Amino acid sequence: MLLIPCPWCGPRDETEFHYGGQAHVAYPADPGALTDEEWARYLFFRDNPEGAFAERWSHAAGCRRWFNAVRDTATNRIHAVYRPGEPRPVTG
Amino acid sequence: MTRAAAGGRIDRSRVLRFRFDGRDLTGHPGDTLASALLAAGVRRVATSVRFGRPRGIFSAGPEEPNAIVQIEEPFPEPMLTATTVELYDGLVARGLSGRGRLADRPDPARYDAVHAHCDVLVVGAGPAGLSAARAAAADGARVIVADEQPEPGGVLLGLPGGVPPGSLAPPGAVPSGSLGLSGALPLVSGESAGPPGAEWAAATAAELSRLPEVRVLPRTTVVGHYDGNHLVAVERRTAHLGAAAPAWMARERVWRIRARRVVLATGAHERPIAFAGNDLPGVMLAGAARTYANRYAVLPGRRAVVFTTDDAAYAAALDLAGAGVRILAVADARPGPNGRWRERVREHGIEVLAGGVVAEARGTGEVTSVVTGDGREFEADLLLVSGGWNPVVHLFCQVGGTVRFDDGLQAFVPDTPPPAVEVAGAARGLTSLHDCLADGAAAGTRAAEALGGGGSRAGTGRPGTGRDRQAGGGSPERRGGVRRAADGAPQANGHALWLVPADDCSTHFVDLQRDVTVADIRRATGAGLRSVEHVKRHTTAGTAHDQGKTSGTLVPAIVAGELGVHVREVGVTSFRPPYTPVSFAALAGRDRGALHDPVRVTPMHGWHVERGAVFENAGQWKRPRYYPREGEDMAAAVLRECRAVRGGAGAMDVSTLGKIEVRGPDAAGFLDRLYTNLMGTLRPGSIRYGVMCRADGMVFDDGTVIRLAEDRFLATTTTGNAAAVLDWMEEWLQTEWPSLRVYCTSVTEQWATVALAGPAARDVLSGLAPRLAADAADFPFMTWRDTEVAGMPARVCRISFSGELAYEINVGAWHGPALWSAVLDTGRVTPYGTEAMHVLRAEKGYPIIGQDTDGTVTPADLGMEWMISKKKADFVGRRSLTRADTVRRDRRHLVGLLPEDPGLLIPEGTQLVEHERLPAPPVRSLGHVTSSYLGAGLGRTFALALVSGGRDRIGDRIFAVLDGGQAPVAVASPVLYDPEGARRDG
Repeated sequence: MLLIPCPWCGPRDETEFHYGGQAHVAYPADPGALTDEEWARYLFFRDNPEGAFAERWSHAAGCRRWFNAVRDTATNRIHAVYRPGEPRPVTG
Repeated sequence: MTRAAAGGRIDRSRVLRFRFDGRDLTGHPGDTLASALLAAGVRRVATSVRFGRPRGIFSAGPEEPNAIVQIEEPFPEPMLTATTVELYDGLVARGLSGRGRLADRPDPARYDAVHAHCDVLVVGAGPAGLSAARAAAADGARVIVADEQPEPGGVLLGLPGGVPPGSLAPPGAVPSGSLGLSGALPLVSGESAGPPGAEWAAATAAELSRLPEVRVLPRTTVVGHYDGNHLVAVERRTAHLGAAAPAWMARERVWRIRARRVVLATGAHERPIAFAGNDLPGVMLAGAARTYANRYAVLPGRRAVVFTTDDAAYAAALDLAGAGVRILAVADARPGPNGRWRERVREHGIEVLAGGVVAEARGTGEVTSVVTGDGREFEADLLLVSGGWNPVVHLFCQVGGTVRFDDGLQAFVPDTPPPAVEVAGAARGLTSLHDCLADGAAAGTRAAEALGGGGSRAGTGRPGTGRDRQAGGGSPERRGGVRRAADGAPQANGHALWLVPADDCSTHFVDLQRDVTVADIRRATGAGLRSVEHVKRHTTAGTAHDQGKTSGTLVPAIVAGELGVHVREVGVTSFRPPYTPVSFAALAGRDRGALHDPVRVTPMHGWHVERGAVFENAGQWKRPRYYPREGEDMAAAVLRECRAVRGGAGAMDVSTLGKIEVRGPDAAGFLDRLYTNLMGTLRPGSIRYGVMCRADGMVFDDGTVIRLAEDRFLATTTTGNAAAVLDWMEEWLQTEWPSLRVYCTSVTEQWATVALAGPAARDVLSGLAPRLAADAADFPFMTWRDTEVAGMPARVCRISFSGELAYEINVGAWHGPALWSAVLDTGRVTPYGTEAMHVLRAEKGYPIIGQDTDGTVTPADLGMEWMISKKKADFVGRRSLTRADTVRRDRRHLVGLLPEDPGLLIPEGTQLVEHERLPAPPVRSLGHVTSSYLGAGLGRTFALALVSGGRDRIGDRIFAVLDGGQAPVAVASPVLYDPEGARRDG
């Protein structure tokens, strides 16, 4: 079970969290202006890398705040956590 | 009896009586079921699953593949290994062939769970583990030591020099003895420079237990090692006490431990060699036989042959010889065994067959003779086998450690460790006691020092405390692959011998529990399988409940031999938790029965229970489904309740509906972005029905929205979706629209709500709320009023989910029971449950989100185009409603269905087709039935269904696929009852 460092609460068990998929997939400013293909890309297409991946988590059974984490999908190591709206930090 | 007259770590002053396969037998405290059976001369313990071959005791630990038993008394437990069952008085067991039997009565024992944190968790209390724990504790770390045995010591318990439990050596003394894992000369009893190993272990564990920040857990098996050093262990607290177990004590406890660092000192398992008849009772791992002789004072046979590929078995041979077993010969597969060993066993008159092998173990029912490769036949009842030692890397690999094949050891050893994990001792391939002690101490120190600040109290130059910083640094194993024993004597390398070649390999067993032979593996590779994972699945080798602990290296080695590649290229199969079987009862712990899942009840629950309501689960809520009267079945009760609502007045407890207060200057704009229709134009005092979609345009939830004030709304949700809707709102607010000034608060449990429905509802309400102007003009549909009902402050909403004139009366949760009683005490109102509510709403074509929808249904599919605002620039999901897929004419629409037989109730989920007689498959499904009831208002059965292009098929005849033939149904509008809405205003 992952030990996830919530940026507000500190390290907590994974069972307290809710996974929110890939981070930095912003809701389009004007969905009506998008083609079907562009909209489908927003809806259905997500990265699936082996390695560092920026993803969203919600501390659902804790402070109920959303945040982003950079996690290595191969090792499950969490390299960084940061708040929504902040840029993805550079991680080694 | 084959119990030696003296020695062993058993308490001979007490006799334990037990029964096995119908025979009354005895043993002593300190015995396992296996050692007691061997002491009683029981050779055949179980029967193999595929071939029905007799099987005996093969090992002395959790790696046992053969001796699988069923406990019958004091409480049935299936598929335990006789080698890990501690003997107790009154034990009744029998040998198994394959599956066991689960108890047919509830388990009276308690099971519990513990959550713990520590700086350093040490897995295993053998020499390496105890040294690690001592070193880490000395550096100030909070330490937990978990070990599967009833007493500490691990392999030391099986060494000679057995002394009664309880004798302590001076703390800190260095133990003596040979682990028997390698070529280090065994310091047999009497020659030791230090105290016997078991004494040292007991003393060290006692010393550790006295420290306030150290916890030693015996009888505790770490079964899972997960990310972030989260480990799960099972502690067996009372099973070894049998019927004498105190009822107050949990039988087992699951420990969930979060450790900052972990030291894996899990030891090594001896492995067998594949040869003909290697499964017969009497064939035993050499180290196991040594343990039986030394620890349990049991002679597993009288005349023995030893078959080995390394020096380990010599120590076993000598100990057994010393205990009175006649060792006829040592067949050593190596051409030139260690001269000192040969010398030593010859002193005991034991013949060594250099380069020799055992070709076959013979006997019916058990070993009676052993045939060596040169054709000689030895009359023997015991055959000791040692094919080398496999480090126990299960936990290491579970958490992501990688292994490599060590040519010196001829085994897979830990390579790259996962973060914050150390491996020490035999678990990483070390073979001498001295090395294991030093390695454990070094690992313990490294673990403590890695925590930072832990090393301040560290001593220096403490005996047995290594100072290596680098994982594995300085270990004998890493020094160019040449291992040296403590005394400097060079050790022989392991010798690769996996199987003794033969034309017929059909009794060369590899996985004893699954009855997999070399012949089976050859068939698999012959069929073209090259991956060891595929061979595993094809042959089932390694899939039994021992998970291939003895076959785990043998299988890839034999596969490699067949493919003509090195075993390192074949590799090992994945190691998955649990390391040893865990009972479901232990995992469930206290989360059983009423505590399985939290139960939520409304303030009026007591009344429902008192009146005999039949409940249904809605998420965690208990909701009255119907209130049967004397002699009524469900159908009769529901019909009566529906008629009461259609003909007079009914009341329902709807407190479970989710209620979320949405508040703030931007609340209206926020709701406009989430609901498909306009909420911003709603006036305070009014109510609007709303639907929410996911971004993909599929309906997610529905409910009413009440505007309480300019900046304050109350949104209701479906009962089961309340938490998901709150999550949804918070997610958008936090991640996409953080600038909106909106707060969402769940108030579901702050309110008790009673739905009052039926043509008489207004009269009833007026009687209860004399100050409320209740007529249709003053209190129109979809508005709300604050007033008093039965003297209680109440918010009354005029909304209807039945098509009848209806109200929802909200009061503070505390007043719920009083309101409910007041409504029913009028004598004019019938309580109704969820089933009647479902019938009433379905007659009106109101969908239940989650029953009539399944995440693939758009508002338009439900016939709710009118709910989609044309005025708003956007709402979540809007763009998806014009995708090519969502504007298809043949999408599945919600329609009504009227069976031609008005008494036929079509089961929900039934498939719908165009054909009266089913053609050959494939048959296109038109859709399926989502709701189906006997309608009181309609006076017949009806259904709701999702039907392809359904609105274009209204009036068509289609067919429901039932067992025994197709039933014709007419497609209809989903609004079957009172389509003009005449009843809404009473």
